Order: sequence, then structure tokens, then C-alpha cells
Amino acid sequence: MSFAQPLPLRSRAVLRDYQLVYETYGTLNEARSNAVLVCHALNASHHVAGTYEGDAKSTGWWDNLVGPGKPLDTDRFFVIGVNNPGSCFGSTGPTHINPATQQPYGADFPVVTVEDWVDAQARLCDALGIKQLAAVIGGSLGGMQALCWSMRYPDRLRHCIAIATAPCLSAQNIAFNEVARRAIVTDPDFHGGHYQAQGAVPRRGLRVARMIGHITYLSDDTMAAKFGRNLREATAPRYTTQDIEFEIESYLRHQGDKFSEYFDANSYLLITRVLDYFDPALEHGGDLSAAFAAARAKFHLVSFTTDWRFPPSRSREIVKALLDNRLDVSYAEIAAPHGHDAFLLDDARYHGVLRARFDRIAREIALEGAR
Amino acid sequence: MNDRQALELVAALVPPGSRVLDLGCGSGETLAYLRDQRQCTGYGIEIADANVLACEQRGVNVIQLNLEEGLAIFGDQSFDVVLQLDTLQHLRNTERMLMETARVGRVGIVSFPNFAHWPHRLSVAAGRMPVTRSLPYQWYDTPNIRVSTYADFEGLAQRCGLRILDAFGIQDGVCVRRWPNLMASVAVFKFERS
Repeated sequence: MSFAQPLPLRSRAVLRDYQLVYETYGTLNEARSNAVLVCHALNASHHVAGTYEGDAKSTGWWDNLVGPGKPLDTDRFFVIGVNNPGSCFGSTGPTHINPATQQPYGADFPVVTVEDWVDAQARLCDALGIKQLAAVIGGSLGGMQALCWSMRYPDRLRHCIAIATAPCLSAQNIAFNEVARRAIVTDPDFHGGHYQAQGAVPRRGLRVARMIGHITYLSDDTMAAKFGRNLREATAPRYTTQDIEFEIESYLRHQGDKFSEYFDANSYLLITRVLDYFDPALEHGGDLSAAFAAARAKFHLVSFTTDWRFPPSRSREIVKALLDNRLDVSYAEIAAPHGHDAFLLDDARYHGVLRARFDRIAREIALEGAR
Repeated sequence: MNDRQALELVAALVPPGSRVLDLGCGSGETLAYLRDQRQCTGYGIEIADANVLACEQRGVNVIQLNLEEGLAIFGDQSFDVVLQLDTLQHLRNTERMLMETARVGRVGIVSFPNFAHWPHRLSVAAGRMPVTRSLPYQWYDTPNIRVSTYADFEGLAQRCGLRILDAFGIQDGVCVRRWPNLMASVAVFKFERS
């Protein structure tokens, strides 16, 4: 969908003539009250569920949660997935033409924030005729968007479901992002971000960025169980410094290779910055409770005990801020072994509480309809 | 406290419209009852996954926490009533938890199995630990790590600086106000900070 009205950004820049690509699943009811917005994290897209015709491998990134009969049941809800601006899956981003120069944006794409994304999503909802969402749900960076919705558009969502997220990144988190960015920016093929004009792709940087990111999404236990100290080929060490020796190295390189084939380097820089800048308490003197003062939604938070990138302690900070505001909140702390990645996996306890929450939302919608 | 009449006896201690925190809320039955019958709002605290799910299915706000880690996320006097029903006997930090209950709530209500109920006394007099309807476990597998009596709690309450507002026993779903330490299997106390 094209938007002619410019989008003012927090950085004081403006996004002109932008496009948002989105997918929907299920049917919007007559009262337009059953819409659920699914917000994506760093490297995902609008393609939340299902597969594209003729491409069996094109399964959506949250297909285990979203679909007919699944916890977020598309037989009952109208689910919206939207690609955020600055990303690289179809919505206006660094690879698109800058209307001011008629050249690809590249490094000139303006810095966007969670707030800007949420504003763009709200405009999409306007265009779809949806005044109030039944829920906004997201994990990780997606959870930040869900939280932002509750503060920025308090009357436009009934439920806010924020999973494996944080009220802001820690210094350690920013540090990991910075390593990833330096890997990209120092790749000789980066060309100051205008690699597209040079016909180059900073693949080496992207690979390393993905490798460091991927390490932080897994738990130590998962890595130990999956790879341990297993050697790639030899049964004994080969005493090499540059060749792949351990299975974990092979796995990380494979992940890096795959990622560098489809993800845009400028988008990676932008979206890690989206994460870094999110800090709703900042405008309130660091008081997170004050940041939620306007919120009205019913909240559901989930964290995973082995997630060391967005650990349970960060979710508890959010719970405390919501309690201080006497808001409805439920919080599940799932003892899953998979680290941050757990939010994308199918765990019976995790999906159980989400199913129960969506059942409750569906009951509320039905009650309203009966009135 | 699954028994409906016992639930009603305890619920009657909660003023209508109260903001309630239920420590060790189980499946959320009490909170759902208080919400539906007494227009209360609030949250339950639970550690067990199955109970967290059951609360969510009832539409009761539940926060998954280990009570042994304390109630630091709750502000002083931020609730009208804090419930600690059938929970106290499972906690290692009994005294601290009682103080926390009185800090967070204007009023605290606790219930627990009364070890001094006469069938238990008979059993101990006969030389064996009691195994009864209210204390159904063998000594070696009981989750009740803090067994106490109605009279013991009065002592702890005094030590913690609590003023008892009301107290009674419950036996077979009936309120026992006469010799509760002897005649009731469940002890109930309502208190505030003095």
C-alpha cells in the first residue's frame, strides 16, 4: 500500500512517498473488532504464516503460532503482518529509490525508530478501516512495538502481548549490536553504505553480523546439546587456525552465508539502531512507570528463563511498571532451554498461555458483538 | 482451599471492590470468585506452569514468580487485601513473607492447616505423625515444610507486629469460633500492621 502523506520521523527527517507491504490472514468481522497486528523483530517480515503457492519452503516466520486452529486462530481473528519501513522485504527501505535523488537511498535512508514504525502501522490500520485492534503481539523487537502501541495509541488496542522483550536495551545488548555494525561498515564492499551503486554487496560484514547475533539468540545449554565440542570432519583435531574445525563454527558460517544472501546491510544497521534507541522511560526521567501512565490495554508478558539477551528480569521491570499503573497484566516465565530463540519455537506451556489469552480475547469480542 | 464453603468464609473477609493480591493463587478460583461475587480486581502470584495456565483460562491476572524471592515488584500498601491462602506452610521464609504481606497490603488474610486439630493430637499422642484429610501426606513426602498451629500463629503475628482483626477456624466448611485450636483443621487470620 502506498502512502502519499509524508511520515514524520523521530529523527526529524521525513519519509516521503513510502510503501508498506503487508499480508492478512482470516476475515475482518463486521464490527472490525477482531484484528490482531503481528509485529516482526530484526530479520523477519510481513510474511507471518502460511506458504506461498508453489513454494513449499516459504513458511511464514510465526507459522507455528498463527493459522487456522492455532493459538492465534485465523478462523476467528483477522491477522495483519506488515513489513516495517527501513527493512528489506518490500516496504520502503534503503534499497529503494530516494525520490529526492532518484538514486537508491543506501546510507541516506533516514534513521527510523520503534515509534516511527508504530506510527506507520497505525496509518495502515487507518487505511484498513480498523479503529481499534483486538491485540498487538510481538516478540523481541516486535514486543517493543507492542509496548509502544500501548503508550502511543492507548485507545487503539485492547490487548498488548509482549514476548521476550525489554523496556530498553542494556549496554551489553548495544555492544553486541555495535560489533555487528562494525563488521558491516568495515567490509571493503560497504562503500560508505552506497554499495548498491557500486554493484557490490558487503557480504563478509553481514555474515559476521549474523554470526554474532545468532550466538546471542541461543543458550549455552542449547549450543552444548546441539554441537558440544563435536568436530566437523576429523575424529581428531587437525590443528588448523583458519579451517573449520568444530561443528559450531560450521553452523555459524552456514547461518551467516544464508543471511548474507537475503538481508540488506543498511537495513541491518538501521534495525539494530531501532533496537538501541528504544527507551520509552527516557522522556520521563528514566521512570518506566510514568511512561506507561497513559496505557489502557490489558497486558500479557512472556519471558524465557534461558534468554540472556532479553532475560526475565527485563520483563519483570515492565510488569512492575504496569502494576504501578494498576493495569491488567499477566506474566508467564517459561522454563524453556532455547534462549531468546524460544519465542519463535513451539513450547506447549508458552503456546498454551497464548492460546488461553486469545480465547479470552475472542470471548470478549463475541460478548461485545452480542450487546 | 478448594472447598466452596471455606472459600466463601474467607471471601466474606474481603471488602467488596477491593484490590487484591493472592499469593500462591493456584488455579485462580478465589480471585475469580472475588471478581464475580465481590467486584474485586487484582492479581495472583503462582510458580506452577499448570496453575498459570488455569488462571489465564479463567481470565484472572496471574504473575509467574517464586514467592521465596520476595515481593519487591509490589509497592508498600499497594493492595487493599493480600491473601496467603494455604500457602504459608509451603514457604521457607515464613516470617519474611508474613512481613511482606503486611507491607504490600493494608490488610492480610492467611489460612493454613492447623496441626493442633484434635485428630492430629490423637495421632501424635499415639506416637505417629498425623495423616488426615487436611494433612494427607506422609512425613517424608509432605510439601508442608512449616507445620504450625492456630495458637502458634498468634505468637508469630505478635512477633511480627501485626494486629489481628479477626480469626477463626474452619472445619468441614463451617466457621469454628469456639476452641478453634482444638476443633478446626484450618486456621484463618485477618490482620494489619500495628
